[in-house]
Amino acid sequence: MRSVRLGAGAGYSGDRIEPAVDLAVSGELDYLVFECLAERTIALAQGARQADPDAGYDPLLDERIRAVLPVASRNRTRIISNMGAANPLAAARRIGSIAREFGLALKVAAVTGDDVLHVVTSGNWPIEEAGGRISELGDRLLSANAYLGAAPIVEALAAGADVVITGRVADPALFLAPMIHEFGWAFDDWARLGQGTLIGHLLECAGQVTGGYFADPGRKDVSNLARLGFPIAEVRADGEAVITKLPGTGGAVTAATCKEQLLYEIHDPAAYFQPDLTADFSDASVEEIAPDRVRILGGRGRRHNGALKVSVGYLDGWIGEGEISYAGPGAVARGRLAIEIVRERLAITGVNLSEVRADLIGLNSLYPGASQAQPPEVRIRIAGRAQTKAEALRVGNEVETLYTNGPAGGGGASKTARHAIAVVSVLIPRELARPRVEILETTS
Amino acid sequence: MKLRDVAHSRTGDKGNTSNISVIAYRPEDFSRIRELVTAERVRAQLEGLTPIQVTRYELPKLGALNFVITGALGGGVTRSLALDAHGKALSSILLDLDL
Repeated sequence: MRSVRLGAGAGYSGDRIEPAVDLAVSGELDYLVFECLAERTIALAQGARQADPDAGYDPLLDERIRAVLPVASRNRTRIISNMGAANPLAAARRIGSIAREFGLALKVAAVTGDDVLHVVTSGNWPIEEAGGRISELGDRLLSANAYLGAAPIVEALAAGADVVITGRVADPALFLAPMIHEFGWAFDDWARLGQGTLIGHLLECAGQVTGGYFADPGRKDVSNLARLGFPIAEVRADGEAVITKLPGTGGAVTAATCKEQLLYEIHDPAAYFQPDLTADFSDASVEEIAPDRVRILGGRGRRHNGALKVSVGYLDGWIGEGEISYAGPGAVARGRLAIEIVRERLAITGVNLSEVRADLIGLNSLYPGASQAQPPEVRIRIAGRAQTKAEALRVGNEVETLYTNGPAGGGGASKTARHAIAVVSVLIPRELARPRVEILETTS
Repeated sequence: MKLRDVAHSRTGDKGNTSNISVIAYRPEDFSRIRELVTAERVRAQLEGLTPIQVTRYELPKLGALNFVITGALGGGVTRSLALDAHGKALSSILLDLDL
């Protein structure tokens, strides 16, 4: 039976680069897929694009593509990535010029049409989860991008693209698309699409299935995380797949690493919302068949519900933060006093904050339980939400003034203020997004 | 005995909802975990996160439970003022559950 080898070259925008190079060199891959687009990235990139029509794609695109393109081209490994962010066409042009520098003749496809800002602003859609309507975001609205499915990537591959660069696409669809292309799976073959989505979901966070984000010394030991190998899926035409990694790399592929990733960011495992289908992982199984080889079976699916999820970015004011540390006996009491002082200072100096949060790092910052512990040191952190940068800066300034005005022995103060970009979701009928594929050809 | 002695866990986030898996190390422990680690016990273990609703899903073929906790993340990763805005550390809090 025919099979295809897919590798995951990145699990987020800032991920390590060498594991992808290792995969390109030694993975004997048909496809190398880079998932690089976090929820907020497009909203940020949209601003970059407005300032410069050739900008708005992933800032690490050059570095990643330069590292893998020549060897991938030599090995006939095709590259798929959502590094196009807010500007897939500019990203494709950039990859074209990198290819020319290397003397490579390539077809680079750009998938566009995920930008549905005009649809979202004209429809005043209800906001999922948080409630309210899009119109309430007013002129703070920055971007609206639909999670596209596999179809436009399949179209690009069918047209012979060596590199496919997209904006917002459902992460598993980046991997599902080459399976559909290679095996000719129908877009209503829900069982195969469900299994392909399961494989894509396992791969989309790269190292998180090969032992990254897993180690707990003494209970879950993982060797050589500094040289973690990224995953490979060997997928057969019937959908049966094995997850593995390159020999000699760090990490581990076990039933346990696959199970943790299988449930990562899943709600109802029988109803995983995707643009191409509703996937069902409730009958999935994993089986260790050899060291670092785990067989994946049982992904299923059913017809999609006709909706596409749209990620809407908007400006959400400013967040100011300040931190300072206390040590030794009484550290917690001095930290608590410091928090009281800063809260009072923010009130009496009239800093207009819609929300303030205070934590004692080392005691209660990750979980707000009432711990009575007396750690040898604590770091206080105060964060506040403001409408202006000036007011956000006041939060950190009031923490910093604790040096000379606060409790004894405060050290290591730091402060930041950042423009907050938030994301909400709306659902639109799928026919309102019109994916397009454009192909650029370079000659060597 | 702690849940940590028999199970491992990973947290994911979508919007203001956290999901925390609980996966038995050994298949033979799954039925006991399923019996003891109810949605109500998870809600109590994570009572510092208000307000929360906990829904439990069972995956017997994986020896796993999946807990979906709404309203857990202070508005979600793009809004929350928390240090760990994703709530990534919650799996470790849940594994401290007494069995």
